[in-house]
Amino acid sequence: MTQLALVIDLNVCVGCHACVTSCKQWNTSGWAGPMADFNPYGADPTGTFFNRVQTFEVGEFPHTQTVHFPKSCLHCEDPPCVPVCPTGASYKRKEDGIVLVDYDKCIGCKYCSWACPYGVRELDEAQKVMKKCTLCVDRIYDQTIPEDRRKPACVIACPTSARLFGDVHDPDSEVSVAIREAGGYALMPEWGTRPANHYLPRRRTAIRIHPDELVRADNPLTKEDVALPSADNTLEDAIM
Amino acid sequence: MHPAFSVIFLTTLIGAGQGLFLALYTAQSYAAFGLLPAQDGAAFHGPGSLMVLLLMGAGLAASFFHLGRPERAWRAAAQWRTSWLSREVIVLPAFMGSVFLYGLLHWLGWNPALARLSPDFAVSPQMLVGSAAMLLAFALFVCTGMIYACLRFIQEWHTPLTVINFILLGTASGFVLAAAFSSTAAPDLDHFFTGWALALTLAAAVFRVAALMRNRRLTPRSTLQTAIGVKHPRIAQKSQGFLGGSFNTREFFHGQGAGVLRGVKWLFLALVFVLPAILLATALAEPAAGPLWATFLLQYAGLLAERWFFFAQANHPQNLYYQAVA
Repeated sequence: MTQLALVIDLNVCVGCHACVTSCKQWNTSGWAGPMADFNPYGADPTGTFFNRVQTFEVGEFPHTQTVHFPKSCLHCEDPPCVPVCPTGASYKRKEDGIVLVDYDKCIGCKYCSWACPYGVRELDEAQKVMKKCTLCVDRIYDQTIPEDRRKPACVIACPTSARLFGDVHDPDSEVSVAIREAGGYALMPEWGTRPANHYLPRRRTAIRIHPDELVRADNPLTKEDVALPSADNTLEDAIM
Repeated sequence: MHPAFSVIFLTTLIGAGQGLFLALYTAQSYAAFGLLPAQDGAAFHGPGSLMVLLLMGAGLAASFFHLGRPERAWRAAAQWRTSWLSREVIVLPAFMGSVFLYGLLHWLGWNPALARLSPDFAVSPQMLVGSAAMLLAFALFVCTGMIYACLRFIQEWHTPLTVINFILLGTASGFVLAAAFSSTAAPDLDHFFTGWALALTLAAAVFRVAALMRNRRLTPRSTLQTAIGVKHPRIAQKSQGFLGGSFNTREFFHGQGAGVLRGVKWLFLALVFVLPAILLATALAEPAAGPLWATFLLQYAGLLAERWFFFAQANHPQNLYYQAVA
């Protein structure tokens, strides 16, 4: 069974919000749109977003690390938002594990948002229905898009490749390997929601350089008993 | 959580409605065994059922203000297999329907003996419909309570005390209303209802205070560490990703200080339990219509504060992600 998901590398994310804006651009003009904005240039702007990038400071100055934390629907394998929905508008697709909302059935009761511990569902104030990340379901299967571009908009947009996309149930996929090799983890594991999206932790990326990697210690010329040209014995002398 | 007045009115109004019906049914059951004088259905049970229906209707109307798309509300009956909200949506009209039938039977006075269990005890249509409505009233209390109690990560709600309190607070206010109503419509019952109302108010006080004590000792299972998966004792949010508000900052925060919360707590403890208990005890000694109606209104106002506090006190784990704007 396929479970599509994002793997977000917190070691690489620079907090540029490119995923936020590309998500909004793609989805506001696509199947999930429009994603309403109110008062966008005023004092108190508000609007619907499927993806937010938050920033946390870990440690105590001066020993701190800045962690940029992109946050969107985790497409839980046991999504608590789905069974509570009274209309069946909220559902998890069997074929690829994406959690979606049927905007034509949603009554806007907000109960699913209460049932999500991650706060990734947002009521669209214009359409008055619940919206959330669709994993760009209207993009990843679109045959008119070149195959290597059939990925969620946020993944395409990320300038540092901090976002990976794939099937976390396939042990050989890029995302499964990343989770396995880099210690990928799920958010709030205490609630047993089994999020499909994983995060890769901050890790040390120092390069170890030995002096003999900078200065060539095993110069083959020294081993071949060749008289190196000196200042007064130039190459031109040898030719002459 | 942000206390929505639509849901505050829904849960308090239907609670009182269910409680009032249970009071009517209790009186009828006592009368069936000859423990209370039988009442004229057209003067007491009929208008009483009408009052139940008005309360339930008002609660139902309030609930529509909670919906973004009220015109699709009928769809909410679909997922009764998994959703307590869906179950509530089914049980509520079923209860109203059976109360309507119950009231109609009393209004018309149509009560032939269908069977006799003993020479003194006849099975009547009023008894059958009343029993069905009684079961539905309790089912509705369970559905309403479970809507909140089933959300496992809202720890303040995830306890059997939530369901118990919905039952006890609803029946207490319903029996106070029955006492007030009977003091004008059926004076030989008001002592009976006042006694029940006092007992239920005291029982509700015990369980509501138990819930308050339990919630004071809760430790949140989710922390900033599990929320972002960084194992470090010192984590401070520097940005929530936007400068204005969002659904997340509006729906899950009550926006009041700790002082307001404490104040509302003491207010509802006084209005729902202490004052009504004193007034009901006085009414037991000296029944009078005016003070009983005042007791109901006082307690209902207190229940609005109680329900506000119930929502405001619930701490949603998503709030961990919204601790600092920028």
